[in-house]
Amino acid sequence: MATAVENIRSTEVLDTALESQMTLSMGPQHPSTHGVLRLDLRLDGELVIKAIPDIGYLHTGMEKLFEYKKYQQGIVITDRMDYLNPLGNNLAYVMAAEKLLGLEIPERAQIVRVLMCELQRIASHMVWFGTSCLDMGAMTPFWFTFKEREKILNLIESASGGRMTPSYFRIGGLMMDLPAGFENRVKQFLENFPDALNTFDTLITGNPIWQNRTMGIGVISKEDAIDWGLTGPCLRGSGVDLDLRRDDPYTGYETYDFEVPTEPDGDVWSRFKVRMRELVESYKIVRQALERLKPGPIKADAPKVVLPDRDDMRKHMDSLIHHFLIVAEGFNVPPGEVYHAIEASKGELGVYMRSNGGPKPERVHFRGPSFVNLSALPVMSEGEMIADVVAIIGSLDIVLGEIDR
Amino acid sequence: MTEKLHTFVDKLKAENGSWVVDVTDAHGEVTVTVPREAIVDVCRFLRDEHGFDLLADLCGADRGPEEDPRFEVNYHLFSTTHHNRLRLKVVLSEDDAHVATVTQIWRTADWHERETYDLVGVRFDGHPDLRRILLPSDFDGHALRKDYPLRGYEPYSLN
Repeated sequence: MATAVENIRSTEVLDTALESQMTLSMGPQHPSTHGVLRLDLRLDGELVIKAIPDIGYLHTGMEKLFEYKKYQQGIVITDRMDYLNPLGNNLAYVMAAEKLLGLEIPERAQIVRVLMCELQRIASHMVWFGTSCLDMGAMTPFWFTFKEREKILNLIESASGGRMTPSYFRIGGLMMDLPAGFENRVKQFLENFPDALNTFDTLITGNPIWQNRTMGIGVISKEDAIDWGLTGPCLRGSGVDLDLRRDDPYTGYETYDFEVPTEPDGDVWSRFKVRMRELVESYKIVRQALERLKPGPIKADAPKVVLPDRDDMRKHMDSLIHHFLIVAEGFNVPPGEVYHAIEASKGELGVYMRSNGGPKPERVHFRGPSFVNLSALPVMSEGEMIADVVAIIGSLDIVLGEIDR
Repeated sequence: MTEKLHTFVDKLKAENGSWVVDVTDAHGEVTVTVPREAIVDVCRFLRDEHGFDLLADLCGADRGPEEDPRFEVNYHLFSTTHHNRLRLKVVLSEDDAHVATVTQIWRTADWHERETYDLVGVRFDGHPDLRRILLPSDFDGHALRKDYPLRGYEPYSLN
């Protein structure tokens, strides 16, 4: 009597047409799923018939946590959402609170915010570039891009003390002013960055394997992209000319000279090209911000909200009291609700914030761009090959911390 | 500052007076409270006639168990052509917390509505796949309700 193994090895079994469809559970531990994303893939051979994203493995309950923390304590939570773009998260959160408080931010603080956010965007795109190449089997670009990212993280660390979780922006301004020599170090980075960009281009853009893996893959039309709520490079990769920095400006972005790159095809290649061109635009903005940087205050004139300087605290009783009250009891924010959106590295990062007048928010909701962009994954991947799903996930540049919040 | 937004509200009123229950103008944003029954029509009208083609966000909020109506659903509309934002709001009582889905107008509403259902407990009538999205399917309750304790009903212990 034949054993089960012999049965499997027998030509009879191999020649018989198997059920052509199968279900494959991709992730949540697979590296190409960028964290803890699970995809339920229905396959016909290697063809994807249906893709169902299954999220929530990371769910950290941050929106619940905000309701139990004072406004200023919420900033450190935002760092942990999109951990590749923490300064963007900081900015969206503090600007929502500032809108409720009606605070006016000094010019230097605004310029520093732009400068830091654009450096962070470059760092975020570096991770996207390195890891999406890695997903498709190209290891070399990863080393180059992470080298550039490391330089930016060093800059962020020198200003804020944190690399991945800087919490550098505070409600009313900045945590502290830039350290001595910071501008020269940024200039040094900018001097070398064009060479690095050329290296990336040489390695990848003209590479026929890369082109074959990305061109015509994961296509989403302009109308579908808007319908699915895509934003950021994913939307611009489908030919929609929209960038909140220009079209719904904040922090003085409207005064900077930069272009909004778009690509018409809506495939992985287009999204790749958009991000590559964005790197050049961010570089331009950083240069302009550096030129504008003049000495001046970095905190709003609001002693009941903004922590006083150390010197003031030692000299003035009022400052000491304010410091004590802000740290111990927080500050009251007038009742109301706002939705503030910024152009983060992955798209529209919106914060819906409600206050009932106390020192803690009544509700904080984050509209994470990765969350929305990922919801369109089935549309892009159905009808593609299974290997292309990896390329499509890479082109969406998702961060699960922002999706599961 | 928000005059242009008020023109959209005026157009809503001109189309159907019963669509606008309340209008709030604060912090440079305009909020239109819409009756629950009209939300689909209002959304379709704003998308088709006034270019609000992008549903930027949809989120629920709990005002607390002592409030009536207790829940609200906020729709943040944006236009990719004229770049204006408008917030629509639907308020719902605790014992009747359901509203029609807008997934047939914007497909992006799918996940937003699932998230709102999962965390706040508002049901969306006609949603194609109303399942929990962030919490496990056997999770008890809705975590973002004000009466849901921060550490859950059964805090972790070493026992």
